Amino acid sequence: MENDRITMAHGAGGQQSQELIERIILPAFGNPLLNELHDGAAVTMGNGKIAFTTDSYVVKPLFFAGGNIGKLAVCGTVNDLSMTGAVPRYLSVGLILEEGFPIADLKKIVATMKSAAEEAGIYIVTGDTKVVNKGAADGIFINTAGIGDIITGTNITPKRVTPGMDVILSGYIGDHATAIMAGRHELVLPEEVKTDCAPLCGLTKAMLTAVPEIAVLRDPTRGGIAATLNEIAEQSNTGILLDETTIPVRPAVMGVCEILGFDPLYLANEGKLLAFVDHDKSEKLLDVMHAHTYGRDACIIGTVTKESAGQVGMRTTIGGIRVVDMPIGGQIPRIC
Amino acid sequence: MDLDAKLNEEREMAQFLIKKIDRLITRPVRFMEVCGTHTVAIFRAGIRQLLPEKVDLVSGPGCPVCVTPDEYMDKAIAYAQCKDIILTTFGDMLKVPGTRSSLGEAKAAGADIRIVYSSLESLEVAAQHPDKKVVFLAVGFETTAPTAAATVLQAEAQGLKNFYVLSAHKLVPPALRMLINDPEVKVDGFLLPGHVCVITGTKEFGFLTEEYHIPGVVTGFEALDILRSIYRLAKQVNEGAARIENEYGRVVRAQGNPAAWNILRQVYEPADACWRGIGMIPLSGLKVNAKYRHFDIEEVLPIKTEGTAQKTACRCGEVLRGIIKPMDCPLFGKACVPTHAIGPCMVSVEGVCAAWYKYGSGRFTYGK
Amino acid sequence: MKGDFCMCLAVPAKVLDIKDSLGVVELSGIQRKVSFMLLPETNVGDYVLVHAGFAIQVIDKKEAEETNALLREMSGLGREVE
Repeated sequence: MENDRITMAHGAGGQQSQELIERIILPAFGNPLLNELHDGAAVTMGNGKIAFTTDSYVVKPLFFAGGNIGKLAVCGTVNDLSMTGAVPRYLSVGLILEEGFPIADLKKIVATMKSAAEEAGIYIVTGDTKVVNKGAADGIFINTAGIGDIITGTNITPKRVTPGMDVILSGYIGDHATAIMAGRHELVLPEEVKTDCAPLCGLTKAMLTAVPEIAVLRDPTRGGIAATLNEIAEQSNTGILLDETTIPVRPAVMGVCEILGFDPLYLANEGKLLAFVDHDKSEKLLDVMHAHTYGRDACIIGTVTKESAGQVGMRTTIGGIRVVDMPIGGQIPRIC
Repeated sequence: MDLDAKLNEEREMAQFLIKKIDRLITRPVRFMEVCGTHTVAIFRAGIRQLLPEKVDLVSGPGCPVCVTPDEYMDKAIAYAQCKDIILTTFGDMLKVPGTRSSLGEAKAAGADIRIVYSSLESLEVAAQHPDKKVVFLAVGFETTAPTAAATVLQAEAQGLKNFYVLSAHKLVPPALRMLINDPEVKVDGFLLPGHVCVITGTKEFGFLTEEYHIPGVVTGFEALDILRSIYRLAKQVNEGAARIENEYGRVVRAQGNPAAWNILRQVYEPADACWRGIGMIPLSGLKVNAKYRHFDIEEVLPIKTEGTAQKTACRCGEVLRGIIKPMDCPLFGKACVPTHAIGPCMVSVEGVCAAWYKYGSGRFTYGK
Repeated sequence: MKGDFCMCLAVPAKVLDIKDSLGVVELSGIQRKVSFMLLPETNVGDYVLVHAGFAIQVIDKKEAEETNALLREMSGLGREVE
C-alpha cells in the first residue's frame, strides 16, 4: 500500500475504507476503546468537571522543521485541555484527505500522532476519515476534539487576574512560526530552530499541583503572545506591562523577523504557555517549571497593573514605553 | 560584556541623551523624519514617551508605497488582469487602493499576481514562463531603485525578452524641497533617511543647509541611533547652526554607493511624479530612459485607465506634510483603519497613520 | 529582546561566498542568497547591509565601535564592563 495514493474509494465507507483503518489507523492508535470500532467510544472519566475542546489543523506546509500537521493536531488539542486546568484523557481524530495524497505521507503523519499521544498520555478513541476530490483539500486537513479531567482545586479564569500578579512565559517565542516561514521562503535555518510543538500537559499538571492558585494559563498560538495577552487584559480588565529586556527570543528567530519584517511578539508558538500568578508564588512556580523539559527557560516577562486597563504595554530596551496592540489581520496564513 | 550589562548600558546611554536634549532645547521645536522605517522604529523603541514635550517628532512623506497614486495602481491592476501578464510585486502593494479596486482584490478574482522579496525573483518567473510577460512593480525610494535597475541589466544580460518594469520610484530630496517651500510646514531639523543615504551619500541633502539653513542628521534605525540624531539636531538648534551630520557612519559614506548610483543612472532618468496626497512634484520620480525603453511596459503595451477618485474627508495630504497628526484626521481609527484603509497613510505597514494606529495612537501613560 | 546578537550593528550579514555577483550571506545563523551587483568590491568575510535581496554597503565595524565608544565616554560609562 506504501506506494499508493489515497483514492475516493478510501473515503466511501466500504472495503478500502476498512483497509485504511486496519492497515494505517489501528496499528498507530490502537487501544481497547478504539479497537471496538463502534460509532463512538464510551469512556470513564474522573468525577467532577470535564474539559472539552476542539481544533482543526490546516497548516501549510504539512511537514516542517521539527514536526508535521499530525503533531500539531495532537499537541494543539492536548494543550488547550491543559490550559483549562485539565489532565487530557481522550481525543477524537477527523481526517479529510485529498484524492491522490501519498499514503506514505499519511503513515508518517499518523506515526507522529502516535508518539505525541504517547508522550501526552492520552488515547485516541474515535475518529473519521473522508476523502475529497483532487483540488478540494490541500493534501490533508485534521480535526481533533479532546476531553480531560479538570484538576480539583484549580480555578482558571481571567476574572481572577489582579494588579500585582506576575506574567510568566515558559520559554523562547517565535520558534514555530519561524519554522513554518523558513519552509515557505526557502530560508536555511540553523539546527536549533525548529517548531516548539510539544504536549504541555505534564508541565501544567506539575505547575497546578504545586500552585493551584494560578489564575490563568494560556498558550500563545496564532497572533503570538501579543494576541493572548491582549485577550487576557481585556477579559480581566487590567493592564499588562511587559519588559522587553526579559522576553526570550532566539537570534535566528530575530534574524528571520528582520528579513521578513515580522515582530516576534506576534509570532505563533505551539509549545509555550503564559501563566498569571500572585507575585509571592512566582518563585515556587518557576522552580517547578525549570525542572521540566518544556519549562526550563521560563521567566517573568511582565506584571499586571491597575492602570491602562485592557491594554498591553512594554518598556523598551531604552526605557521608553510602547503599546503592544492586538494583531491586525492575518500576519501569516495557515500557521497551524 | 555580558548581555544584561549591555542592556543596562543602553538604557543609561538613552537616559543620558534624553537629559542632554532636555537641557539643550529651550523652546518648542519640530523635527521631521521622512522614512517609514524610522516612523515604526520610533514607536517600537517608545521614544516619544521619553522625549520632553517641547520636542515634537513628526513624520513626513516617508513611505513610497503610501504615496503611490491612484493612476499607477489602476494601471497595475489593468496589466494584472491581462491574460498573458504575470505581475510581480512587493507584498505591501496589495492593499493600496486604486480608484475602484486593489491588487489584492484583483488577485482574489484570479489575476496572476506574485509577491516577491527581491526584484530578481521576477527574472526566475520570466524564465519559467516564456509565453507570458512578467511585469515588476518598481516602487521605492533611492534605496530600492538601484535594485530594480540592476534587475533590468541582469534581464538584458540573460537575454530575457519577457521582463518589464512599471516604475513608480520616487526621490526624497525634491519632496523635502517641496515641504520646506510650503508655508504651512514648519520644521526645525530633519532626521535624514539612513538607507537612502547609503546609496546617495550625504551631499544630496546639502541643499537643506546651503539654501534653507535647516540642519539634517543622517540617522540609523536602532533606538540609540535615533536618540543620538535627535541630540545632534538639538545641539545644532541650540547653536543656531545648520550642518549635515552623519550619525550612521557605519554604512553611510559621504559619497554613498557610487556603483549602485551608476547602475540606477544607466537605466533610469528623473521625471515629474505625482505623490498621492501631495500632488505633482517636479523631477521627483524615475522613469526608464530611452536606452532601456523596451523594458518599460508602458512603452511596449500602453494601457488606458479611467476613473475618478471619490472625494473623501481624508486628510492624508496634511499628515504627509507633518502639518497634522493622524489623530487629527476625522477618519482616523473610525472609517479609516488598517483593515479598511481609505487614505494612503493607513495602507502600508510603514504608513504614518498605520504606524500611529498600530502603536496606540501615541497614547500610553504607564509609569508617567 | 534577550538574545546573543549585538544590537549596535543592525543585523549585519556576513558574506560566506561570492561568485559572479551572486553570493550567500549569513544573518543570525540564517543563510540567504544575495546579489552583489550593487557592491562589486565585496570580500568573503565582510559584513554587509542587505536590502531587497541585494547587498548595498559594507559595514564599517570600526566606525560602529568608535561611535559606541564615543557615546560611552560622553555619558561617563567609559569603563569596559567585564
